[in-house]
Amino acid sequence: MLSFILRRTLALIPTVFGISVLVFFMIHLVPGDPAEMMLGERASEQALKEVREQLGLDKPLYVQYGRFLARLAKGDLGRALRTNEKITTEIADRFPATVELSIAAMIFAVTLGMLAGILSATRQYSVFDYSSMIFSLVGVSMPIFWLGLILMIIFSVHLGWLPLSGRLSYHIHIESITGLYILDSLLTLNWPALKDAVWHIIMPAFTLSTIPMAIIARITRSSMLEVLRQDYIRTAKAKGLAPRVVHYKHALKNALIPVITVIGLQFGILLGGAILTETIFAWPGIGLWLLNAVYARDFNAVQGGTMLIATTFVTINMLVDILYAWINPRIKVS
Amino acid sequence: MSAAATTLKGTQPAPTNEGLEKSRSPLVEALLRLRKNKTAIAGLIIILIFLCMALFAPWLAPHDPIKQSLYSKLKPPIWDAKGTWEYVLGTDDFGRDLLSRIIYGARISMVVGVVSVSISLFFGTIAGAFAGFYGGKIDNVIMRFMDLLLAFPSILLAIVIVAFLGPSLRNAMIAIGVVSIPRYARLVRGSVLEEYSKDYVQAARALGARDGRLIFLHILPNCLAPLIVQTTLGFASAILEAAALSFLGLGAQPPTPEWGAMLANGRALILRAWWAVTFPGLMILFSVLGFNLLGDGLRDALDPRLRD
Amino acid sequence: MTKLLEVQNLKTYFFTDRGVATAVDDVSFSLDAGKTLCIVGESGCGKSVTALSIMRLIPEPPGRIVGGRIFFEGTDLLTLSENRMRSIRGNKISMIFQEPMTSLNPVFRVGDQIAEVLELHENMKGPEAMDRAVELLRMVGIPSPESRIKDYPHQMSGGMRQRVMIAMALACNPKLIIADEPTTALDVTIQAQILELMDELSRTTGTAILLITHDLGVVAETAQHVVVMYAGRVVEEAPVKQLFHDPLHPYTRGLMRSIPSMSDDQRRRLEAIPGVVPSLLALPVGCKFNDRCRHAFDRCRAEEPPLTAPKDGHSVRCWLFH
Repeated sequence: MLSFILRRTLALIPTVFGISVLVFFMIHLVPGDPAEMMLGERASEQALKEVREQLGLDKPLYVQYGRFLARLAKGDLGRALRTNEKITTEIADRFPATVELSIAAMIFAVTLGMLAGILSATRQYSVFDYSSMIFSLVGVSMPIFWLGLILMIIFSVHLGWLPLSGRLSYHIHIESITGLYILDSLLTLNWPALKDAVWHIIMPAFTLSTIPMAIIARITRSSMLEVLRQDYIRTAKAKGLAPRVVHYKHALKNALIPVITVIGLQFGILLGGAILTETIFAWPGIGLWLLNAVYARDFNAVQGGTMLIATTFVTINMLVDILYAWINPRIKVS
Repeated sequence: MSAAATTLKGTQPAPTNEGLEKSRSPLVEALLRLRKNKTAIAGLIIILIFLCMALFAPWLAPHDPIKQSLYSKLKPPIWDAKGTWEYVLGTDDFGRDLLSRIIYGARISMVVGVVSVSISLFFGTIAGAFAGFYGGKIDNVIMRFMDLLLAFPSILLAIVIVAFLGPSLRNAMIAIGVVSIPRYARLVRGSVLEEYSKDYVQAARALGARDGRLIFLHILPNCLAPLIVQTTLGFASAILEAAALSFLGLGAQPPTPEWGAMLANGRALILRAWWAVTFPGLMILFSVLGFNLLGDGLRDALDPRLRD
Repeated sequence: MTKLLEVQNLKTYFFTDRGVATAVDDVSFSLDAGKTLCIVGESGCGKSVTALSIMRLIPEPPGRIVGGRIFFEGTDLLTLSENRMRSIRGNKISMIFQEPMTSLNPVFRVGDQIAEVLELHENMKGPEAMDRAVELLRMVGIPSPESRIKDYPHQMSGGMRQRVMIAMALACNPKLIIADEPTTALDVTIQAQILELMDELSRTTGTAILLITHDLGVVAETAQHVVVMYAGRVVEEAPVKQLFHDPLHPYTRGLMRSIPSMSDDQRRRLEAIPGVVPSLLALPVGCKFNDRCRHAFDRCRAEEPPLTAPKDGHSVRCWLFH
């Protein structure tokens, strides 16, 4: 198992290298002069030249890439052109917000999605089964940026139950330990802050969870149905086990194998969806930050942010692979 | 529902084709199975409605979709106490008729679907066919590149591409087309690998068929089923992603009546005009749902192995 | 003395879109404690459905036990609550299935799968159950059982897995083991070992065995009593020696002729029964075997023969012996 983990981790290196090549050249080969993009069309030739020199844009592309890679190896993504802050610092400030949102969304998606899938499978062709499958069909087709707005109209504008946007009310202060507000307020026993943070996260997290939830529900259902047809389920019943044990112990652990893969893959969709969700709810995470960098044509920040998100994405996929190997004894260390 | 009933109904011949019965191709068989599939039919009906909206927009729309009117700003839909028949679904903050904009929006989304899917289908099929057919180094290079594209959440990759090509509907379609290439490439490669080992390909090869002929005339037609499914589902994701990009201001630009762009505009109005947000979003939802339903139905009918 | 198992007029039907399949129709037989009874027949004759009916594990829908009684130690299993039935399954009656490769849960260690039954029915706790699992594995002839209990099923061969299944079935000292084609999926040499093992265990533990098979060779080696089934019905029933010595039903005779015999020196041709098992949805009128029977006459095509006993303890469902 250890060597498997090691091998999978090492396999990340060429992938991340490939990502860096793709990100770099995508951004630098596209027509357009970054310096001009930054300064605007009316910038003087002198100013443009200075900026190019400062950013190393006057050097040949391979030299630029070499520098980019060298800095990358040291964990340095350069400075954001808008703010002149280190990109790693800017990202570090915003990453916890995205992580918190993603985790909350995944909790929604996994619990509700799997529950719906399992219940549908164990009572196939029931009213519950049909309605949950219709919901999940609608769910995978959901434009979440629209759903977010609709939720806002209903729960904030009309009912006034939940805050419209943001991550925390102005008057609330949370002592930062992990950067995850819910966790921090729990750790510091700050109940008003906890309530405020939870109230703020419900809508964005639910919005973000829609598509993964629907997909998880469908895959759980079909995987459970497949497993329930297997011989070993009959064996389990012949042992005299109660349906509860047969379903939740014998069937679920087998059914989970494909579900886990799908859950892992959903993290990618989540990272993409976070861009939309954070935009709608003004959630101060990486997605919103990256989008603002795009609007500001801050290519350094876009490059750094894309690099980071893609690396996170492939890392999660690797972790899923390892988890998969761990839960499925049949493919262990081969 | 039963297999017997299906075959019975399925073999009810149209009066003229008694002799054709036996030579029916697997595709026709699948289409007959499709007719039994309620989700597929529902999807097809939804798609047809949108297609009609797109084709006959100038005749269906009561107003010019981009004509502004200061006098009729933010009119509510008909069922509201203040609604009028003139603006059935109300107007936006520029006084543009929402119904007309929505109808014209169908046009844009259908075009987006066709263009983006064509791009990914074309390049994906070629890349996948080459990778599968030639194997070895070519396969390795192509598929590693595809893996690389898959290392990004697709909407992120599309955003980055559009960001540097410049925000416009055309560039959004290109970006969406590009990010989906790997899906088709993988699928075609897999099918080609599977078909390649079969006897009929080897036989054609032994008869001296050339590579190109072999790929396009012998192998690809046999991987049509999964490709059709993927293409249908591809329409759904293309429409969804294009709307997302437009919503972010990176796709269709104002005053184009694109659903996503309309939502972006309606976003500022959520306190005052819920209808400006609700209807464009419903259109996105239903059009995407239509293609997803059809895609699911096709998958069940064409290739039971692909069922998730 | 009451019989250990007494099946009376069992009817298990499957209600499909295409009609009702009478998988088991009016089947009766009985089994004494400690004995072995074989049910023989081609696939699709209802023997597995009979076994699952006794366990009350018929998938419902589409299947349903529509009639009959199944007395086990004097109580009718069909009247028990699902809860009571569960306390019998795996405990007093256990079952061994045909496919050792797929009948064990792939994601649990074999030791845990055996211990599970013990924890359920014998109120044993973790380590105690594990010790007993080791003991059981040793009993069924698995070498170094202490380490093998930590194996996952895929790390074992088919024969090994079937031994695990047997160990699991024996765990709670059942009164009856139902073995549904336990050796069909195994190599011939392993088959003999497994049958021998079951035979030996049955003799030492006093467990009765209901062995379901399509293989008359297996029957000859293990059973005291044989029930031959065809198309959901019992067509012949006799003590094993009698059946082999003097098979009555043309179907049984057909089965006999289709197995090779070592003692036969006169180069007899092996014969297959012509035709195929009829679909349970479209059974012939009259005797269900009439379309494959070379002795069939008019009455066979018109009227189904009852089960009669031309000889003591030997009954047959055929007009030839009426």
